[in-house]
Amino acid sequence: MSNDDILRVKDLRVRFPLKRTGFGKRDYLYAVDGVSFNLKRGETLAIVGESGSGKTTTALTIARLQKAFSGSVQLGDIDLLALKGAELRDMRNRMQFIFQDPYSSLNPRLRAEDIVREPLDNQNRMPAEQRDARVEELFSAVGLRPEQRRLFPHQFSGGQRQRIGIARALATNPDLIICDEPVSALDVAVQAQILNLLRRLQTDLGLTYLFISHDLGVVQHMCDHVAVMYKGKIVEYADRLTLFNHPQHDYTKALLAAVPSVASALRQG
Amino acid sequence: MNESVPVNTSDNIRARHPMAEAFEMFMGNYAAVAALIVLILIILAAIFGPMLYPTDPFEMVWAPFSPPGAEGFLLGTDYLGRDMLAGLLTGARVSLAIGLAAAFMSVFIGITIGALAGFYRGWIEEILMRITEFFQVLPTLLFSMVIVALFGASLPIITFAIGIVSWTAVARITRSEFMRIRELEYVTASRSTGASNAKLIFSVILPNALPPIIVQAALMVGSAILFEAGLSFLGLSDPNVVSWGQIIGSNRQYILDASFTVTIPGVAIFVTVLAISLVGDGLNDALNPRLRRR
Repeated sequence: MSNDDILRVKDLRVRFPLKRTGFGKRDYLYAVDGVSFNLKRGETLAIVGESGSGKTTTALTIARLQKAFSGSVQLGDIDLLALKGAELRDMRNRMQFIFQDPYSSLNPRLRAEDIVREPLDNQNRMPAEQRDARVEELFSAVGLRPEQRRLFPHQFSGGQRQRIGIARALATNPDLIICDEPVSALDVAVQAQILNLLRRLQTDLGLTYLFISHDLGVVQHMCDHVAVMYKGKIVEYADRLTLFNHPQHDYTKALLAAVPSVASALRQG
Repeated sequence: MNESVPVNTSDNIRARHPMAEAFEMFMGNYAAVAALIVLILIILAAIFGPMLYPTDPFEMVWAPFSPPGAEGFLLGTDYLGRDMLAGLLTGARVSLAIGLAAAFMSVFIGITIGALAGFYRGWIEEILMRITEFFQVLPTLLFSMVIVALFGASLPIITFAIGIVSWTAVARITRSEFMRIRELEYVTASRSTGASNAKLIFSVILPNALPPIIVQAALMVGSAILFEAGLSFLGLSDPNVVSWGQIIGSNRQYILDASFTVTIPGVAIFVTVLAISLVGDGLNDALNPRLRRR
């Protein structure tokens, strides 16, 4: 464990109650069952798996949007799972989330500029008069035009909406950005644009991504390391080349066999 | 109204607020616009009528039961020879004011309880919803009659009695909207950027939950006017204040001899409540995106 690990997840468990089986007894489903990994600053770790494998739950739990049952999550030297109330809200400027569905992740009543500005307003660290300039900077960083600032979400296309989501995630200069299937709701050509944008931002700003996806084609393009999740456990963890060239676990092989081809679209984008 | 207009080509797109679109939808609904005009006329009559026609509605001005038009009394006189037109105009103020105030009160209680229940869930929701159900199963008219009988028939008490029995619908609508919206990703997104619970409730979820609440509130004004009329008809009204229901109630024994004394305020209530319902319906169509034409 080296010092440039920005995120350390150890033995994380998340469970959901099932039906009662008797007086005072409950059955639990362990959606995340003992997940551990480390993520270095400036790198991208992908968590892949089929739906129901617990990858999104893992992401939500790390972001403190879902209760953990046991285990530990450390961002830098902060123990995330121990934070409460104002401390927790304070920490949120160091970690941001990009959501899967660009249609439901933007408040339909806010203008694009207000959506991007929201993290700055919630964190209330940057002086109010600098926030406008920051929003303008973010708009150009994600390839939106300044005159689109006053528009409402429904006036944007899916890809543009996801750019707004990315700009919002960048607003507070976070140490870690968790991308929960950021392109799976988009069509293939737009996926390529968004993935290229994410990669460019990573090189320019030195971002660290935790990248959740079910699509190995996308993962191949984005990531340094890959963790394959199946039924709440990490069944295989390897760097990208090893995983794609020499998959060890049967489940990984099955996933690889099912890769749809996004690679050709990416080369054009 | 296409929801997903592609905007990547033209540079002069207007930043249209969703409410502006709703307003346009409303203006296209002729029944609702006509009802709104009628409603505005009624409100203007209530505000300026008593000033322009300053006859005291309690004063006996002529022989009882003179029919409308006779002796210059446009709507005739009632069983005590009081001017019906003056009563109608002054009564409009009271009926509308009670309707608005009671609706405002029930919306306030309903939103508070519904928002807390729908946002926090768990035991808070259990308690608040049991309270709501308690008020739901109370026989409303009887309960408000008891309140008025106990605390006296003054306008604030009557308003309270109407408001306290009619907030349950708002609470349930607000709760269901909050339960739906709190699971949407933009709420999670807001939380993930560090928004406090108060901010999530008031400035993220509530504005998005408002449309059906506004519709319900509009309809509630109508039902509160009816409710007040019902109470007054039963004699539970402030004897020093004229309202439409009270005019009907005090003239009800003479319905066969001088039917106009009950018909005129009855029509006033009918037209007002119908206008409010149509406006509420128009708001519903305009604010409810599921019904919008695409």
